[in-house]
Amino acid sequence: MSEVKKMATREAYGKALAEFGDSYPDMVVLDADLAAATKTGVFKKKFPDRHIDCGIAEANMMGIAAGLSLTGKIPVASTFAMFAAGRAFEQVRNAIGYPHLNVKIGATHAGITVGEDGASHQCNEDIALMRTIPGMTILNPSDAVEARACVKAALDHQGPVYMRFGRAAVPVINDRPDYHFEIGKGQLLREGTDVTIVATGILVNSALEAAEKLAADGISAEVINICTIKPLDVDLIVKSAKKTGKVVTAEEHSIIGGLGGAVCEALCENAPVPVYRIGMRDVFGESGSAAALLVKYRLDGEGVYGQVKEFLA
Amino acid sequence: MDNLELMKHANDVRKGIVAAVHGAKAGHPGGSLSAADIFTFLYFEEMNIDPKDPKMEGRDRFVLSKGHTAPGLYSALANRGYFPVEDLPTLRHLGSYLQGHPCIQHVPGVDMSSGSLGQGISAAVGMALGARMTGQSFRVYTLLGDGEIEEGQVWEAAMFAGHRKLDNLVVIVDNNGLQIDGSIDDVCSPNPIDKKFEAFNFHVINLKDGNDMEQIRAAFAEARATKGKPTAIIAHTLKGKGVSYMEGSVDWHGKAPNDEEFEIAMADLERIGEALCQK
Repeated sequence: MSEVKKMATREAYGKALAEFGDSYPDMVVLDADLAAATKTGVFKKKFPDRHIDCGIAEANMMGIAAGLSLTGKIPVASTFAMFAAGRAFEQVRNAIGYPHLNVKIGATHAGITVGEDGASHQCNEDIALMRTIPGMTILNPSDAVEARACVKAALDHQGPVYMRFGRAAVPVINDRPDYHFEIGKGQLLREGTDVTIVATGILVNSALEAAEKLAADGISAEVINICTIKPLDVDLIVKSAKKTGKVVTAEEHSIIGGLGGAVCEALCENAPVPVYRIGMRDVFGESGSAAALLVKYRLDGEGVYGQVKEFLA
Repeated sequence: MDNLELMKHANDVRKGIVAAVHGAKAGHPGGSLSAADIFTFLYFEEMNIDPKDPKMEGRDRFVLSKGHTAPGLYSALANRGYFPVEDLPTLRHLGSYLQGHPCIQHVPGVDMSSGSLGQGISAAVGMALGARMTGQSFRVYTLLGDGEIEEGQVWEAAMFAGHRKLDNLVVIVDNNGLQIDGSIDDVCSPNPIDKKFEAFNFHVINLKDGNDMEQIRAAFAEARATKGKPTAIIAHTLKGKGVSYMEGSVDWHGKAPNDEEFEIAMADLERIGEALCQK
């Protein structure tokens, strides 16, 4: 068996910015002294005049991006998720969301796979925060292929977009000829009849691994990849919930307000079924390797498998 | 336009401010009145704009960073012809396009939504940078309160503008000396304001009387002539200027006049207007 190809979604993000630089001449990229880490440095190398380092001042960076968009530019403002959605929440809400400006936010180092830096930098709250802003589109890609597709879709979209990327190298799972990405459309990756696992980001891979293990136990799990957290593909989720009657959500984020929250809200209104939310269970993370943290917080394939089994028991 | 004509317009702008906050039964007259002469100079003299084409390409931009003084901006826009002066008293009413704070999507002539203090200046800096990056020659103006500059984001923006030498940017501080909780010196002094902007690599102009049209004209001319640096105009103004009982009073920061007080205010401004007509 050939070795699984791995790449961090932040790396795919940086490469995509550089790749699309020529075809989107109005695109400019902003960073806050983290170009090496967010990988916007790849774009900077190719387009030095279109890369704006704002220094360690994320609030101002969001405002600058807003102003640039009003002169016809397509600004992509980049920093860690903690600072993009956390520190600069109100700037994103008032200077970008309220006037509905054409600003893209590239938030890297989301979730606990930040790893060794620990809880101060492990943002498990960004999806919840961004989801409350009217008109905000939220994309959380599951691998490098999807990350690239998200960047392209965000550039083609008119209005604010929050893109969420991770630090750790993760398996490439969407490298197939028929892969197609569209904002607002989820993807049915595996059909099943006993339980639906709705996953987002790097937990999609964990969900697929879990589904394999469940199959071995005679449990048929349906797996849906929700890359667009907002607007949510309610139809796809409701249809699957009506079929299986049980839903598990899986995300590298707090179980409060993220994908789990969004799915519960949608199902409560449309097709109430029992739901179990896999994610950070209202706790802060801690230092450790990304792989070890995924195991500890039961977000790897084995962890998702175990939690689904417990839910179904 | 000569100074006397501008002063007459400024007096009309003040009447519109009083009518707006009276109609709203809420709002911020004090800081709108202190900046009325600056609003007037910008929209009637300084800026390259067209009320018939609010989104005109290449126009100069204005961001009201101290967004709570929307009555001042709205009155200037209305008196300049962007929308009817008669609409001003609908300010803050449900269904009115005149939102409590500037809103780019609903109010003709508003170049950026604002209201959360410290944020407007960043957008203005982004616009100034955008002008340079797109090869356009328009200028960008932003008005801040002297209390507002207690917000840290103001200095993030100032650092960036100074670093980038954005000489198409003019930051105006309405230095009326009062904020909601009292004198800026008593609350959390931002002084010395001029030295702070100098330290952030701005060309600084101390505008001794920011309610004097001749001095305002000179300050903006100096800003326009300044190359290689953004300009900060520290405008010393009188809060509530033009309405006898509001002048210099912190009580009128965010309060609307009742019917009786409205009549007194309008009578004050009528007298000022008549005096200007005698000149």
